Amino acid sequence: MSDPVARTGVVLAHGTMAVGLVDAVRHIAGSAADALVPLSNEGLSPEDVQARIEEAAGEGAAIVFVDLQAGSCCTAALASCRACADRIVVTGVNLPMLLDFVFNRGLPFEELEQRLVDRGRSAIRPVSADRTPAG
Amino acid sequence: MSIVLLRVDERLIHGQVVIGWGHELRPDRYVVVDDTLAESEWEQGLYRLGAGGTDVVFLTASEAAAALAEYGDDASRTVILTRDVATMRRLAEGAALKGRTVNVGGLHHGPGRKKVLTYIHLTPSEAEDVRRLVDEGVRVQARDLPDAPKVDLAAELGFK
Repeated sequence: MSDPVARTGVVLAHGTMAVGLVDAVRHIAGSAADALVPLSNEGLSPEDVQARIEEAAGEGAAIVFVDLQAGSCCTAALASCRACADRIVVTGVNLPMLLDFVFNRGLPFEELEQRLVDRGRSAIRPVSADRTPAG
Repeated sequence: MSIVLLRVDERLIHGQVVIGWGHELRPDRYVVVDDTLAESEWEQGLYRLGAGGTDVVFLTASEAAAALAEYGDDASRTVILTRDVATMRRLAEGAALKGRTVNVGGLHHGPGRKKVLTYIHLTPSEAEDVRRLVDEGVRVQARDLPDAPKVDLAAELGFK
């Protein structure tokens, strides 16, 4: 089975976090941010969150980025993947991860999945004026 | 008394419960009471992922009603969760929860539901279940997070 192409990134988070993240991607990467759809779980039932994911992801391949693993966003995202082989969930979304996604979303899923996790993790490090971050 | 929270929340195990209430109450165990979930190992796995390593037990309403006294006497700190008021009302039958407080933390907009608070929407049938909880000697309090204002839901609905 060939890997599906990631065409859409659904960013699902609490409050206004997803809108803010996608807005930040747009400020940095321009129209590449069109590949991202921000969603909030604010005021929505679990069923409604799942319906919004389905609508945003469409029929093509998609990655659903969520903020917390311990959260209703993640639960709804995983439920949306149950009958959808070309959809995966990545938790702990951050800006470097999304920037990498919009420029590399055509990579095979397995490669892209690991790449996004690596990018997200490697961007978190202590930095100070008198210390060069470890490579 | 080691049932540290009885909560109605349609999201069951999620951020507000695990992080908001979990930080405050330090539970050892979540007991999810839901007849459908008790039969679905796949869905149970989803909710276990969100529990952050805390033990999670899934029971039907009948099983949970039978185990309430045991949880009450147990040294482990237990949070009992239902996704609707009707299931909590079943647990309360026979004054099994008399004198306790049920926390209602998240019932969102849906067909036939009317807004009561920003995070609580109820159908007439669900409001009636609140009244029946009160009739069983239960205090029904709306509060999404520990530091949020406590709202007497029965009074809010005009039952007092």
